[in-house]
Amino acid sequence: MKDTMEIRWHGRGGQGAKTAALLLADVAFKTGKYVQGFPEYGPERMGAPITAYNRISSSPITVHSNIYEPDYVVVVDESLLESIDVTKGLKEGGAVIINSERTKEELAPYLHGYKGAVYTVNAKQISLKALGKNYPNSPMLAAAVAVSNVMDRNEFLKEMKTSFQHKFAKKPEVIEGNMRALKMAFDEAC
Amino acid sequence: MIKIMAIRERLSGNEAVAYAIKQINPDVMPAFPITPSTEIPQYVANYIANGEIDTEFIHVESEHSAMSATVGASAAGARAVTATSSCGMALMWEELYVAASNRLPIVLALVNRALSGPININADHSDSMGARDSGWIQIYAESNQEVYDNFLQAYPIAENEKVHLPVMVCQDGFITSHGVENIYLVEDEKVKDFVGEYNPKHYLLNTEEKLAVGPYAVSCYYMETKRGQRQAMIEARQVILDVAARFEKMTGRKYGFFEEYQMEDAEYAVVLIGSAAGTCKAAIDHIRSTSGKKVGLIKIRVFRPFPEEELAKALSKVKAVAIMDRSEMFSATSGPLGAEVRAAMYQARCTADTVNYFYGLGGRDITVPDFEQVYDKLETLAETHTIMDMYTYIGLRDQQTKED
Amino acid sequence: MYKINEQSPWQEITEGNKIFEPATSRAFNTGEWRTATPVWYSEKCKQCLLCTPVCPDSSIPVIEGKRTDFDYNHCKGCGICAKVCPFGAIDMQR
Repeated sequence: MKDTMEIRWHGRGGQGAKTAALLLADVAFKTGKYVQGFPEYGPERMGAPITAYNRISSSPITVHSNIYEPDYVVVVDESLLESIDVTKGLKEGGAVIINSERTKEELAPYLHGYKGAVYTVNAKQISLKALGKNYPNSPMLAAAVAVSNVMDRNEFLKEMKTSFQHKFAKKPEVIEGNMRALKMAFDEAC
Repeated sequence: MIKIMAIRERLSGNEAVAYAIKQINPDVMPAFPITPSTEIPQYVANYIANGEIDTEFIHVESEHSAMSATVGASAAGARAVTATSSCGMALMWEELYVAASNRLPIVLALVNRALSGPININADHSDSMGARDSGWIQIYAESNQEVYDNFLQAYPIAENEKVHLPVMVCQDGFITSHGVENIYLVEDEKVKDFVGEYNPKHYLLNTEEKLAVGPYAVSCYYMETKRGQRQAMIEARQVILDVAARFEKMTGRKYGFFEEYQMEDAEYAVVLIGSAAGTCKAAIDHIRSTSGKKVGLIKIRVFRPFPEEELAKALSKVKAVAIMDRSEMFSATSGPLGAEVRAAMYQARCTADTVNYFYGLGGRDITVPDFEQVYDKLETLAETHTIMDMYTYIGLRDQQTKED
Repeated sequence: MYKINEQSPWQEITEGNKIFEPATSRAFNTGEWRTATPVWYSEKCKQCLLCTPVCPDSSIPVIEGKRTDFDYNHCKGCGICAKVCPFGAIDMQR
């Protein structure tokens, strides 16, 4: 189990953090990994804080608990930084990836002295540019893949394209925008 | 090793069960939605709407009606299925007993969730454990793979003429039902062969045979009827093993009444049911590779019929056992699994020390470090033979232990 | 025909108490419960057939549109037929 990568997602109900976690499980699965993608469920309400998790490994995963010492944390909504210690248990060799237009220095006061790497991605701007709408989860997914290095860029983009072609079979016009958002976020996070 | 072809997939537990239902294509599915099992009828309804299967879906106004319609469909001669959770199954209570006493081979996909109250939507076993006396066979799963595999085995067990009992295929709410994991699916044709056509011997829609189902049984018949149900449970034991052997031939995946993990030389054992077993296995791997302590796990798969003798045998050489319950039964002495495992051990003159834990009630998480502590406690228990409380808790906030 | 009775051991009870015969209540002699017995005076009877539908035990057989004598194997002696008869053609006797 040493080679298991653990990721924790923080978002708000309705922003797609759970979907992003499931998509990450999907693409990692397609590259031959053993995966888990699961949300922590409470009474689901739009806007309420939610947590979702990923385990990705090259060997079978049996653990069924939540993740308390993640390698990576992805924050889909930066307003959560004020109410939640998103870096709790986060390994120092890992990283936190935050959807924000602010700089790392500006965000530091919210990170409870976390000494590991901090990445920011302006997912809102990327999404507005690429899609014309604010869907932060796809850019954050790309950023998570870029930072965690769970698979390489081309492999990721190839799998996502297949995924989108399936998911958006009835509105293919949105595929290109989504792919653009992924690329922009991937490159911004690197 | 035989080379076995399989379809590599990643699915949630609910998707896996719905997929198994699709592959089996049962005749009738009456169902009413309740978290966290709602997705199962939802996916099946999609399969039906897309013309992928021709199951008759019956929209009912409650779970009471869902199980009533399932009983009716099964008595009529259909292969019937339903799905529910928690309070939904509580509302089926009366019909659960009717299904079992009428000896109807129904399969119920149960997604375990705590019973109210207080109202809670997360995993524990209070729903199915409450129904343990209803006369249903109960099969539990650790993972999405297991719930899928168990579902495929359910009809061959239920419909075996020595058995003719309903089967509850249980999985932990959200933990497996909504968690996506890797899974190997069996090809459609193989599933069809394995499960087979359903050809009931006696059924109400048979115009060739006069038949009445479910008559009133006065006291001079009731007790004999119950004895007959018990016999079916006894016969079910061998049938469950035979079906598992056939399943292993098809998939290479081995199933029995319970799984023994690192039990060959184990001195300290945990006995539990469901998804936490995987977390316990990770703890065992860690302990064995670091301190080398001989720790093991027995994961109960079949709780009804209860594998009393086999379990006592598996525990005959250990020094201490932690029996872990994911539901209360308020005897104020133990949980349902604790009581039955201890009874089995007593009957077999097992001398191991025992402790009964409650964990995970209402979805409380249980972690690898939690299990490591359990094994530590077992070691102390075996050394000191201190009489501990009849039961204790994992993760309970307590004034006395606040300092720890 | 009715092999299962109150002395049958559990092994002989059908699975799920299934009954492979219709109208088995006919075999049950509820007439034995009777404490008052209706007697039919056919000479007073106008064959109005008011008695037949009110009988809770279907114990007034009608053949070709005419009632015949009581089915005493099943009549429990409730007396409703005597009550509805407008012609005094049914008398309850103890």
